[in-house]
Amino acid sequence: MLDRATETSANETTRRVRFRGAGFVPASSRFGGWIALALVIAIWQAAGSARLVNPLFLPAPSAIVRAIYELAMSGALWQHLSASLLRIGVGWLLGTAAGVVVGFAIGLSRLARSVGITFISALFPIPKIALLPLLILWLGIGEEPKIATIALGVFFSTAISVYSGVDAVPRNLIRMAQSFNVPFATIVRKVVWPGALPAILAGFRITASVALLLVVSAEMIGAQYGIGAFVLQAGNLMQTDQLLAGVVILSVFGLVVGKVINLLEIKLLHWR
Amino acid sequence: MDLIANHISHRFGDLAVLDDISFTVSAGEVVAIVGPSGCGKSTLLSILGGLLQPTSGAPELRGAPPADSLNPLTFVFQDFALLPWATVEQNVEFPLLHTQLSAAQRRALVEDALRRTGLTDFRKTYPKQLSGGMRQRVGISRALAVKPAILLMDEPLSALDSQTRELLMEDFVRLLADGGMGAVYVTHNLEEAARLADRIVVLSRRPGRIREVVAVPMTRAARGEAAAREKLLALQNQIWSLIRNEAIDAEREVQHA
Repeated sequence: MLDRATETSANETTRRVRFRGAGFVPASSRFGGWIALALVIAIWQAAGSARLVNPLFLPAPSAIVRAIYELAMSGALWQHLSASLLRIGVGWLLGTAAGVVVGFAIGLSRLARSVGITFISALFPIPKIALLPLLILWLGIGEEPKIATIALGVFFSTAISVYSGVDAVPRNLIRMAQSFNVPFATIVRKVVWPGALPAILAGFRITASVALLLVVSAEMIGAQYGIGAFVLQAGNLMQTDQLLAGVVILSVFGLVVGKVINLLEIKLLHWR
Repeated sequence: MDLIANHISHRFGDLAVLDDISFTVSAGEVVAIVGPSGCGKSTLLSILGGLLQPTSGAPELRGAPPADSLNPLTFVFQDFALLPWATVEQNVEFPLLHTQLSAAQRRALVEDALRRTGLTDFRKTYPKQLSGGMRQRVGISRALAVKPAILLMDEPLSALDSQTRELLMEDFVRLLADGGMGAVYVTHNLEEAARLADRIVVLSRRPGRIREVVAVPMTRAARGEAAAREKLLALQNQIWSLIRNEAIDAEREVQHA
């Protein structure tokens, strides 16, 4: 049949059907990002070396690297970084633990949902840093109010992402478990928890950046040590290379946390 | 053990879905429930299996379940309802985890269920790696692991393509032949009903009422033979003529949901 079709139209010229399905695919090239980044840094460095920009306003990358190196050598880097890491670590853990518990309660209990959602809706929009002065009055001027601010910020985001995750566990899986007389606690452990885990881990990504934002803000308001305090101090003294060194360290910290969450997702959510 | 629908009626708010449904599934019997879409077939099955509380009436059991049955009324779901984070064997073991069985006893039951559904070589795979037909085999395997007295099958083949459906139907014929296991088989596919059921309960359009109960006068084994084909087709046509007009009305109806 096919052959006959070509035979009968053999005297006419054929033309190829034009391909029109290109593009609109969310793919990125492998090295494009790195090349662009290197290019921007190179231009920045060249502009700095050629004295096109005043180093007081924008020091060259080499100056920032030097500043980081000196900070590391003098031990100041570790002093500031450890102070910040301790606050973030403790605050994030406390907020996450409380948020997971409250999120699960809201997801699983009618009473907890009606009470919990009311309070969360009322309190979530408050910028938590605005509560720092109050927390200082309550807890004194030590580490506690900073940690509490971070914990509060992390708590609300976590609680919301956890109960959304619990809500998103497919009903059919829960009904399936019930149809086999699986007890409530086992359903929570074996169906709801793994089902909500993707949303919980996605929430970690958000709370990590919330914690970073809040630690820097809190340290700028009142702290001797910490990356936030260091950046503010450097700004006051117009040491822009030091200031940007602090910013770069924050950026690296954020990248590392993101990578860790990626690894967690690969390890825990390999089934997706 | 018999399963009895005792004057079951159900409403979703103002919408009457089922109206006074009564029938009995005797031990070892396979009863298909057919009817136009939206007649409440699946709702009825959920009620029979204790997953939904009827507005009035009740599902009842008569007689003791087999001594070794861990879950006398066991569902097989249309969408398989497999845990995506669990391997095939973990999915099959899932309904056994909370029982008193030892690990060795659980393993023996899982082994047996996997073997009967031809999944032994797939034990370590995850659901997303499997075809639709294999996924439903996992669902069936999980159901077999708890030694059900009555399988409650909610359109178990309707998410599958027609060739896979044919293969699984053969599996069902085999599984339902080799033991005292009964089944309630909800389907909109009259061929499945005619191939598998001892009796076919035909429901009317919403609110679903029993229009007729049709007995299939052949053994399941005989229905696979060529000679039986014509008889089965006649049976399907008979049922189709019962529900055709209502199916047309059901299709033209404006959806409420």
